[in-house]
Amino acid sequence: MTGLAGASSLFLVASGLSLIFGVTRIVNFAHGSLYMLGAFIAYSLTNALPRTVLSFWTGMIAAALVVAVIGFVIERLLLRRLYASPELFQLLATFGIVLVVQDVALKIWGAEDLLGPRAPGLRGAVAIFGQPFPQYELLLIAIGPLVLLVLWLLLRHTRWGILVRAATQDREMTAALGVDQALLFSSVFALGSLLAGLGGALQLPREAASLHTDLSVITEAFVVVVVGGMGSVVGAYLAALLIATLHAFGIVIFPKITLVLIFLVMAVVLVFRPHGLLGKPLAVARDVTAGTAVPLHRAAPGGRLLIGILVVVLAFLPLVAGDYALTVLTELAILALFAASLHFIMGPGGMASFGHAAYFGLGAYAAALLVKFVAVPMAVGLFAAPLAAGLIGCLFGWFCVRLSGIYLAMLTLAFAQIVWSVAFQWSAVTGGDNGMLGVWPADWARGKTAFYLLALALCGGGIMLLRRMIFAPFGFALRAGRDSPLRAEATGINLAALQWWGFTIAAAFAGLAGGLFAYAKGSVFPTYISISRSIDGLLMVLLGGVQTVSGPVIGAIAFVGLQEEIARATDLWRLFLGLIIIALVLAFPQGIVGFVAARFAKPPVDPGIEAAP
Amino acid sequence: MKALNIWRAAIVLGVAAAALPAMAQQGPIKIGEINSYSGMAAFTAPYKNGLLLAEEEVNAAGGVLGRKIEIVTRDDGLKPEDAVRAANELVTNEKVTLLAGGFLSNVGLALGDFAKQNKILFLASEPLSDALTWSMGNAYTYRLRPSTYMQAAMLAEEAAKLPAKKWATVAPNYEYGQSAVTWFKKLLQAKRPDVTFVAEQWPALGKIEAGPTVQAIIAAEPDAIYNVTFGGDLTKFVREGNTRELFKNRAVVSLLTGEPEYLDPLKDETPTGWIVTGYPWDDVNTPENDKFRAAYQKRFNDYPRLGSVVGYSTVKAAAAALAKAGSTETPKLLAAMSGLKFATPFGPVEFRAIDHQSTMGAFVGKTAVKDGKGVMVDWHYADGAKYLPSDDEVKKLRPQ
Repeated sequence: MTGLAGASSLFLVASGLSLIFGVTRIVNFAHGSLYMLGAFIAYSLTNALPRTVLSFWTGMIAAALVVAVIGFVIERLLLRRLYASPELFQLLATFGIVLVVQDVALKIWGAEDLLGPRAPGLRGAVAIFGQPFPQYELLLIAIGPLVLLVLWLLLRHTRWGILVRAATQDREMTAALGVDQALLFSSVFALGSLLAGLGGALQLPREAASLHTDLSVITEAFVVVVVGGMGSVVGAYLAALLIATLHAFGIVIFPKITLVLIFLVMAVVLVFRPHGLLGKPLAVARDVTAGTAVPLHRAAPGGRLLIGILVVVLAFLPLVAGDYALTVLTELAILALFAASLHFIMGPGGMASFGHAAYFGLGAYAAALLVKFVAVPMAVGLFAAPLAAGLIGCLFGWFCVRLSGIYLAMLTLAFAQIVWSVAFQWSAVTGGDNGMLGVWPADWARGKTAFYLLALALCGGGIMLLRRMIFAPFGFALRAGRDSPLRAEATGINLAALQWWGFTIAAAFAGLAGGLFAYAKGSVFPTYISISRSIDGLLMVLLGGVQTVSGPVIGAIAFVGLQEEIARATDLWRLFLGLIIIALVLAFPQGIVGFVAARFAKPPVDPGIEAAP
Repeated sequence: MKALNIWRAAIVLGVAAAALPAMAQQGPIKIGEINSYSGMAAFTAPYKNGLLLAEEEVNAAGGVLGRKIEIVTRDDGLKPEDAVRAANELVTNEKVTLLAGGFLSNVGLALGDFAKQNKILFLASEPLSDALTWSMGNAYTYRLRPSTYMQAAMLAEEAAKLPAKKWATVAPNYEYGQSAVTWFKKLLQAKRPDVTFVAEQWPALGKIEAGPTVQAIIAAEPDAIYNVTFGGDLTKFVREGNTRELFKNRAVVSLLTGEPEYLDPLKDETPTGWIVTGYPWDDVNTPENDKFRAAYQKRFNDYPRLGSVVGYSTVKAAAAALAKAGSTETPKLLAAMSGLKFATPFGPVEFRAIDHQSTMGAFVGKTAVKDGKGVMVDWHYADGAKYLPSDDEVKKLRPQ
């Protein structure tokens, strides 16, 4: 019963997310923020209005409408400009919004959790099977199917609904038939936001409005949407039911592993039904991915010289840089390798991973566990890190490469969350939340200069190796598989095996980065595997530009540098970082390096003309 | 007259000229402070006010060692790895004399390990984990707040007085929740061998499914409940528990729930009669708390939370250590910290030499609702010194 009530609010958020993705193909990270805003606005409105039944519900609905307007404005001002960008690039912008909303909400509503009023007239409980059951939950149980019915009627029996379904199936064709896309997208985004806002508002009588809800809600909503099938509203409801029931029963049967349970179920569903319970294979959006197929070129001799000079300069930097600058540079080198390994599967591999931090964390934990239980020297730890991450990556990769697009991304997220939960909750072995301490480097590498040089050598070497692979036949085949799976298979490329290898290699290099990170920090914690680290990696790759080879390195430098500088300057760093990300996204829709490359690339010169006097 | 004035001016100038280089060389004594300012603002905003108030008071009284003190704060974003980076920056760039702060236990432990590696004093203000002073304790780390063990011991003492025999526990599933339950069970069963634990609930931190959790506890039919959840989880648990009558005719003992940070959001839905640890800020009328509360309200036009007390006492402890050491050198500071006695709004407190834990206590009392707000009644101050294991046991728990 309680499961059913939880399902309703989950469904509201997930259905909005699913609609938005279906039509606009935007992976809207800010959906959780809209939910949070719904709860906060409902709190303010219901407190300002008198405590009557009518005004309470007026407040709830008004809150949802306000959120719809906010969503509409976001779409008009920001996302509108990004539809022509590479896939997933909008994700960056929506993440910028998440950061901004966090600080704005903090400024408006303060830091404390706000406990809203309970629904007037529904405070009590009714006896069902002899047990008291809250009245408000009964109402929630009813609201879910009601909203589902309204949505279904809207989609089936109105012209607008037909257009939405048409756009979900084939958006270019819809546009070609003269449908006003701009209006359609805006209205879908506003409706999705409305549902998120309503979901948040309806939760208010159950739980306090808190600043922490945004990311936790978005993860669950993603799970629901993916399990149900992207773009399928009925599927979202079924999945919401499944997940919520699982929560309710899981607590009784497996009280300690509820966190893992959801992700296990998601993994199982995706392995057996690659497009979710009721989803259909995604139609390939034709014009959107244009630009991703630009072939990569090796650096020209001039460029290689530049890289060579850069490496020499970096190697001699300790002569002038201070200790702190060196620790930051060490960290940068490690994160650049992490970003490069993610780029390896995202760019040439064409497989977006939302859970790359899993392999970073596995590397770090492998090193730390060996130090803790066997007291191995640093060299062994650093060797074991990529090995462990590669092995587990090999295992997870086998499942992942069977999927594509957003489903693949979500399965990687599921695996990452499983790894995270194990590290977080298995205190006896991993130290749980307290992590493991004392993972310090060997004596010879203990100095800041020595460790910096070690990190530079390993990370620089790793990045060069990844780069080399991109330009080897292996990389070419990988890219062929990304751009045209059918033709690649036809030329005799075993695509699944190839992608599996790519996944494993990327995991191993992320593991090396993680191992180095553990020794750099002297400790490991579950935060190394958290969703926010995976997102950081995505941001670095996207910021630099997915379709460029040096993108991840530049992206890592830009992201870490920004965060570091802003965090030191102000407590409102999330607001500024978010705004800067949004500004960067608007200014460089192809990523920083993509922008530079497009700007300065010379048109290929016909050698015949050049030879002429 | 004129001549005299010129002489006077010359003397003033001369003194100033002599003082200038000395001032530049000395400058303020910097205290590096790292906390979760963006991620845990509900605690850290009042905490920062506490830091500020103490800093101003110390400087208004002439500073320490003839120098002003300056608190340099950094945000850790809830990530221990970022806390370590910030610590690095504070030590190498800002040249701070000592480090302080931490909210999360893992941040505290990471900073403690950093302090050991870099040979600098770390004064952990808020982290509760027992590991900080025991299993992972080190020579450079001291902790102010009463640890998980101490607070669990305070509640176990009260729980032993209750007639309840069948207990259920509900705690967030991570290190803090796990050790809070382990100690409570151990200490309660030592005093009351007739007690059994009939149910354990381990909701994931921040993701409690309150309905099923409450239902599962009801199904086990315990006489009493030990609660460790806090923040948003606690709110949900209380609402569900109230509607489903979980707390009817059942005693509840609850960790940290009496702290204004966690009690205030519950407003008129505060469950009554829970035995909790916390801080009844407007009810404690000792001279120390009166003075602190008045100064705080005057300065910030707001009432102090527990975080304010912790921030304020952290700076006062650092100032006391600097004064006692008569130096800013780490070895002398460490020697001064061991057994350091200093004043807090809770009364005099001492840093124990044996495990570097302060004897700061907590208020133990019962929750009630007054004018639509949650308050603590029938409270008493539990002195932290009385709720620590014997020295022999501590020696076993802490690597020597």
